[in-house]
Formats: sequence, structure tokens, C-alpha cells
Amino acid sequence: MIKFLTKIDGINNVLENNNLLEIEFEKNNIIKIFNELRDNTELYFNQLLDITAVDYPSREFRFDLIYILQSLTKNKKIILKTFIKENENIESITNIHKSADWYERECYDLFGIEFINHPDLRRIMTDYNFEGYPLRKDFPLTGHTEVRYDDLEKKVIYEPVKLTQEFRNFDSESPWEGMENKLFGDEKSTGEN
Amino acid sequence: MKEVELNTTTINFGPQHPAAHGVLRLVVELEGEVVQRAEPHIGLLHRGTEKLIEYKTYLQAVPYFDRLDYVSPMCQEHAFALATENLLGINVPERAKYIRVIFAEITRILNHLLNIPAYAADIGAVTPFLWCFEEREKLLEFHEAVSGARFHAAYFRPGGVHQDMPEGMDEKLFDHFKTLPKFIDDLESLLTNNRILRQRSVDIGIISKSEAIEWGCSGPVLRSAGVAWDLRRSQPYDAYDQVDFEVPVGKNGDCFDRYLVRIEEMRQSISIINQCLNKIKPGPISIEDNKITPPKRNQMKKSMEALIHHFKLFTEGYRVPAGQVYSAVEAPKGEFGVYLVSDGSSKPYRCKIRAPGFAHLQTLDHLSKGHLMADIAAILGSLDIVFGEIDR
Repeated sequence: MIKFLTKIDGINNVLENNNLLEIEFEKNNIIKIFNELRDNTELYFNQLLDITAVDYPSREFRFDLIYILQSLTKNKKIILKTFIKENENIESITNIHKSADWYERECYDLFGIEFINHPDLRRIMTDYNFEGYPLRKDFPLTGHTEVRYDDLEKKVIYEPVKLTQEFRNFDSESPWEGMENKLFGDEKSTGEN
Repeated sequence: MKEVELNTTTINFGPQHPAAHGVLRLVVELEGEVVQRAEPHIGLLHRGTEKLIEYKTYLQAVPYFDRLDYVSPMCQEHAFALATENLLGINVPERAKYIRVIFAEITRILNHLLNIPAYAADIGAVTPFLWCFEEREKLLEFHEAVSGARFHAAYFRPGGVHQDMPEGMDEKLFDHFKTLPKFIDDLESLLTNNRILRQRSVDIGIISKSEAIEWGCSGPVLRSAGVAWDLRRSQPYDAYDQVDFEVPVGKNGDCFDRYLVRIEEMRQSISIINQCLNKIKPGPISIEDNKITPPKRNQMKKSMEALIHHFKLFTEGYRVPAGQVYSAVEAPKGEFGVYLVSDGSSKPYRCKIRAPGFAHLQTLDHLSKGHLMADIAAILGSLDIVFGEIDR
């Protein structure tokens, strides 16, 4: 199977890990690759299980876009990965796998990745009129707005989040682990003395 | 003669409707009573589980999985436990594997015991609901006996299960699963040959083999269409390769076949549980590495080392080597998967949850086109929609 995969144009890296194949591909060839993966009788990845992304804010290619495919005849799962910059978009694969419709919408909703030629790219998970992309790492866990029912106005109103206590994220990782052979206070001794 | 212009009517179904199975908002376009288009609006129960998990340690993330599909909690913990174990590179002891299989199957029966009567209630039968709830209550007692909680068990943890089954539970399970087949027969006598149920479900919401695959369906929905695909069989995890069971497959892919597949799955689950009870042997129930599973309470009273381990596990948690993994289990509703990315710290960098219901609900528009408005309730019920997992 790996032999057939490496032959496809645009596939860079094929790794086998347990029962799972991990592949990196170039985003410009996406349509060709997914067609090939589905129709090649040696591969036959006919079911799209999921599309998701991982956000790495510090990288130039900010998002890992992940596609998980399954072949029911070959009994194999495959993870396809491509890299995307923040304001870049990618071709939709709704014409190849019908199930991509909602998966791409979800990805757009939570990460803000745009899919070109998607039939109906709207938000799906978040509230109507929601702003921001919640699964990006720079989106705060507590969000920006909260809703409540206002008894005076007799309707549900949106207002900025008010925290009664500052948001705390405890970092309980031990400072001793992963230390680079440097002791606190050592920097003083190498100075003027 | 006057010309009559037919207009389509748009109806808003839900989000507060008993047949919507939770908070589904459906915008339905009707011509007369015939559905032209059904557009689900989801996300009304979105709680940001995936985001929350990024801020929790691996152990703290476990309870979130109970709250996804809240009628089959343990199967989802199972997927997360398998994913974490895969990244950690650990193997759980034999006994833990059997316990997990037993409880995953109990959960499957629990799920089907809710779905089948709920489906029947949607299309007009009330009695099964009352019967099944009584039966569910008995099964939930087993959940309670091992974990202390009826639903939100947090029982399958990375490294094994939380605690051993209490003494004498084997016999109780044996006894109980002697009576359950009789109950399923009774349930079937109410439903399977019932004229109303058949009229409302045969040839309703048909999905073909190829469509089911294309739309990403799994579980009973895929099997009812005639695809013999079951992750327990094709990619066995834990002790599923040690047990013998059959994969029920439908023919037509309609609502009635989905119902039949679920009934048969319950019978298979009982057989799996009985086999496991025969094969299970005493032994440890989680890996004996205190870097991952907490030490016993009495050890902590005597050993400094154990106390430190306990403290570190419940503050920092354990570190998981960097990497990515996708682990899936055959949950009662279909393939429930967890895509986990670790950056080497004690919190997941990203945890994507693949919910089977999400893919199934997507097919609703396709399944209900050309059917009557009332059939939407039947189709929804037969797809086994639970919003906890779809909205996440």
C-alpha cells in the first residue's frame, strides 16, 4: 500500500504507525490526491471520517489541516496532513466526499479556514452572529461574550464576559524536569565577580 | 378556471420539540405535506468540549467524554483511554481489557434500550418506553456498583479501569443476563410485528450501501444498509479479539432495518458479556506504574514515594510523549473516534472528537426528501441522534 501511496503526485511523506498511515501532502494537489485515494482500486479510501485542524500560532504555516480517511475494503485508516497559512484557503472536497460538507463547515467555524467551492460555508457549531474562531489558541477559554435573560428588557441580551475572579490557568509542571543543566542564581556568579 | 399556485411552506421544527431528540432546530420546506428540504441547525448544545480539554490534564479530560453522548458514556471514555494509551505506549492488563469489554457492551445495551423505545414512542408506541426504563435502571446499578455513578462514570481511565468489580458481581451479571434475552423477546413481541410500527418504518428513510459509505455513516446505520462493518471485528481493540460474536446486517437500509439491527446487537452483546465473564481471571485492573495510575490509598499512608506520586498525578498529571494518534471504537451509535495531538506536556495540545451522530444527522436532508413531515420524526429516531455528542 505504501508503494502505491508514494507514487501519487504531491504526497511527500508516508509514515506507518501501528495500524495507521500518516501522510503529508501539498495543498494544491488536494483534488487530484483525494480522487486518486478514493478511486485507485489498490487503495480505495472510500469513507471520509473527519476533517480537523491543529493551531500552532507561532509557525508561519499556522494550521495543520487533518483529513482522516478509511478504506472499508482494505481495512485501513489514513491521516492526511497539510499545512496552511492564516489567511490562506484550500479547495473543498465536497465533490469527492459528500460527508465533507459539515466537516468543512465545522473547520471553518472553529478555526476560520476557508474552503473554496464549498456549497454552503456557514458557521455550524457556534451561535448565530458569533464572532471569532474559538479553537484557535489565541481565543480565550472563557470567550468574549455571555448571554443572560434581562428581566427589565424582557429578552436575552449579550454582554462582555464578566469574571468574578481572574481566569487562572495553573502551570503545575515541575520546574526541575527538562532543566538544561542550569541552576537558578548561577547567572550571578558568572558576572562581574 | 383559476390557476392555483403551489407555494412551499417553511416550518421551524424544534429546538424545543419532543421528537427532535434534544435541541435540534430543523428548518423544513414543505410542499403540501411533502418534505422538499430539511436543514438541521445544530450547535445549540455546543459546550466547547474540545477547547476545554486543551486546558485539562489527560485524567481531568476523562469526565468530559461521559457528557458527550450521555446515554452511552463508557464507550466514549474507551476511545479516549485507547488514544492516550497509544501515545503513552502502554498495554493494559488482561483483566482490565475484559472489564472494559463487559462494560462497553452493557453500555451498548443501555443505549439501544433507550433508542429503541424512544424511536417507538416517536411513531406512536408508549409502553416500550416504560418497560425499557425499568430494564435500564437494573443495568445502571452495575454502572453504579463499579464506578459509584449511574451515568457519568469516569470509569475507563488511561492505563486500565478505576477500580475492580466488587465481589460477587460476576454472578450478579450472569444472573441478570439470563433474564435479559426474555425481556428482548417480550419487547420484540410488542414491536417487530406491530402493524403501526411497520407502516411507519418500512421503506422510510432508505439509505443505500454506497450512499451510507459516502456520507460517512457507521454503526447500525451503515450495517442496516448491508455493509458488514464493525470495528470490534475489523480492527479489534482490548479483548474483542478473544470473543466470538456475529455482526447483524440489514438489507434495505430503512428505518425498520436499523431497528432490527439494534435488537440483534443487544442479543450479541449479551453473548459477548457472558463469554467475557467465563474468560475473565483475577489480576491487576490497571497498569502498575505509579507514574500513570495513582497508588493505592493504604500505600500512601506508609510510603513517601506513593504520596509524591499521588500528589504529582493530581496536580501536574502525567506527561505524554509528543505525537498524534487517531483511535476509534465501535460505540453504540457508530464509529466514535478521538484524534489526539500531544506536545509532550501533561495536557493534550488538541483533542478532536469524531462523533458518529454528526455524520448521521448530515444525511437527514437526503433521507427525508420526498417523505411526509411525520416521517422526519421516524427518521430522526432511527438515526439515534443525541445532541451531546453532535454539538460537543
